[in-house]
Amino acid sequence: MAGPRITVVGASLAGLRTAEALRTALPQAQLTLIGDEPHAPYNRPPLSKDVMESFAGGDADETEAFGKLLLRSKLTPEDVSTRLGVAATGIEKAGVRLADGSLVRSDWVIAATGIRPRRLPLPGNEDIRHVLRGFDDARALAPMLQPGARLAVIGAGFIGCEIAATARKLGLHVTIVEPGPQPMMRALGPRVAAAMATLHRRHGVTLLTGRSVEAYQPGRVILDNGKEIEADVIVEALGSLPNTEWLTGSGADLSDGVLVDDTMRAIGAPNLLAVGDIARFANPLFDDVPRRVEHWCIPGFTAKRAAQTIAALEAGDTPEPGFSPLPSFWSDQYGMRVQAFGAPALAETQTVVEGDLSQIGEAPVIVEYARNGALTGVIGLGAPPALIAKHRARLMAALTPKETV
Amino acid sequence: MKVHVNMDICLLHGQCVIAAPEIFSFDDNGDLHWVEVIDDSQVADAEAASDACPEQAIILG
Ligand SMILES: Cc1cc2nc3c(=O)[nH]c(=O)nc-3n(C[C@H](O)[C@H](O)[C@H](O)COP(=O)(O)OP(=O)(O)OC[C@H]3O[C@@H](n4cnc5c(N)ncnc54)[C@H](O)[C@@H]3O)c2cc1C
Ligand code: SF4
Repeated sequence: MAGPRITVVGASLAGLRTAEALRTALPQAQLTLIGDEPHAPYNRPPLSKDVMESFAGGDADETEAFGKLLLRSKLTPEDVSTRLGVAATGIEKAGVRLADGSLVRSDWVIAATGIRPRRLPLPGNEDIRHVLRGFDDARALAPMLQPGARLAVIGAGFIGCEIAATARKLGLHVTIVEPGPQPMMRALGPRVAAAMATLHRRHGVTLLTGRSVEAYQPGRVILDNGKEIEADVIVEALGSLPNTEWLTGSGADLSDGVLVDDTMRAIGAPNLLAVGDIARFANPLFDDVPRRVEHWCIPGFTAKRAAQTIAALEAGDTPEPGFSPLPSFWSDQYGMRVQAFGAPALAETQTVVEGDLSQIGEAPVIVEYARNGALTGVIGLGAPPALIAKHRARLMAALTPKETV
Repeated sequence: MKVHVNMDICLLHGQCVIAAPEIFSFDDNGDLHWVEVIDDSQVADAEAASDACPEQAIILG
């Protein structure tokens, strides 16, 4: 008997990992993977870090660089039928509608369409304005990052800060404009964010916080206080928008990504699941508020969970309740690794438990994050892995009991 | 199954140590160590570690 027809939309980390997990959990399933990019699934984090550096520095040719980014997979063309370079435009009772008009008949649909960068709704400077999400964005930006060029980064989140650090290494003049009081403030909290601001300034970045962009003029960024920044290249790194337009009318709650339950099933659309950056789910390690989590580790966790869910339902079973993965993320800036576990963003207090924030970038620092006196996260700044592992264990011990409540 | 880590590309994220602590570990100097030959009962853990490695540095064969 033929197995269920399962269509995974979005051929990146989450989509690929889901197809792999489905192949293992449901060997009979007929799998289709659809992606709008022309590229096979690849890894994004290096695009703002080492790959951007070697690209811009001219020491890597594109094919070679892309080869290193490609995600390794055991899947063969017999395992999954992959259609690249074609977007899903809608979801219907019978399946997924594609941009070329065809319909992929599906019993289950898995949304893995991720996010796209938000852009400033301002005209001007189109020829020098960039964003960074995909390989093609990186390919367009890299040749602009020439030594001596003036780069304006709008938005001091992780991607903006990583580009700034990479550009400094390449010898550009870098200005960051950030509306908030500190860079990466939401993710790192005020004290660590302030230390990161010092690190950027120490490396020669002009960091303008509490400032927003009022207008673009040719080769210039005009700020809300009237200040003008001259720029040869501009990168807008202002956060993201979930790619959910194709799910309009599916019944799912699309207010911020796709709201899913603890089995990755969309609430309101029983045969739709969501994984990766667009999935909005509650994590009982912390509380019952559903959130999207834009970290590299989430696609792996949610992919396995989604495959288990479909396998259980296809077998007539109820999926096991409970889903509480430990989030983690990292960032590399000026050769310093920021490594986080848990949800530092939820904390209201930060305690330096090893090292000293004034020594950031020079000596290891470990910071614990707590809410209502309970640990929610830990961050290591330039800390050796063994030291971080020790503190991660402490965090795990603090988080585990809540899981059973 | 054989386990190998390409130390030219490993950036010491330690995700493997979390995913499969019985196979991967850090010593006190922060150097990564791993069990080079694993038995069938550990294959799933090794694959989970390989998937969790952001640098794709773990080679199973
Ligand atoms: C430059 C950069 C640096 C990063 N660095 C780090 C880091 O250091 N640490 C960390 O933890 N995380 C990092 N991340 C985040 C991490 O890469 C993401 O969490 C991860 O890529 C999410 O995977 P995903 O598959 O859910 O979404 P995505 O990777 O966004 O994939 C979604 C895919 O779906 C496609 N798609 C969208 N709409 C459609 C449609 N209608 N039809 C068909 N296909 C569609 C998209 O084109 C894309 O290929 C970084 C991200 C970027 C961009
Ligand atoms: S997860 Fe990968 S990069 Fe990190 S320590 Fe293990 S092998 Fe090295």
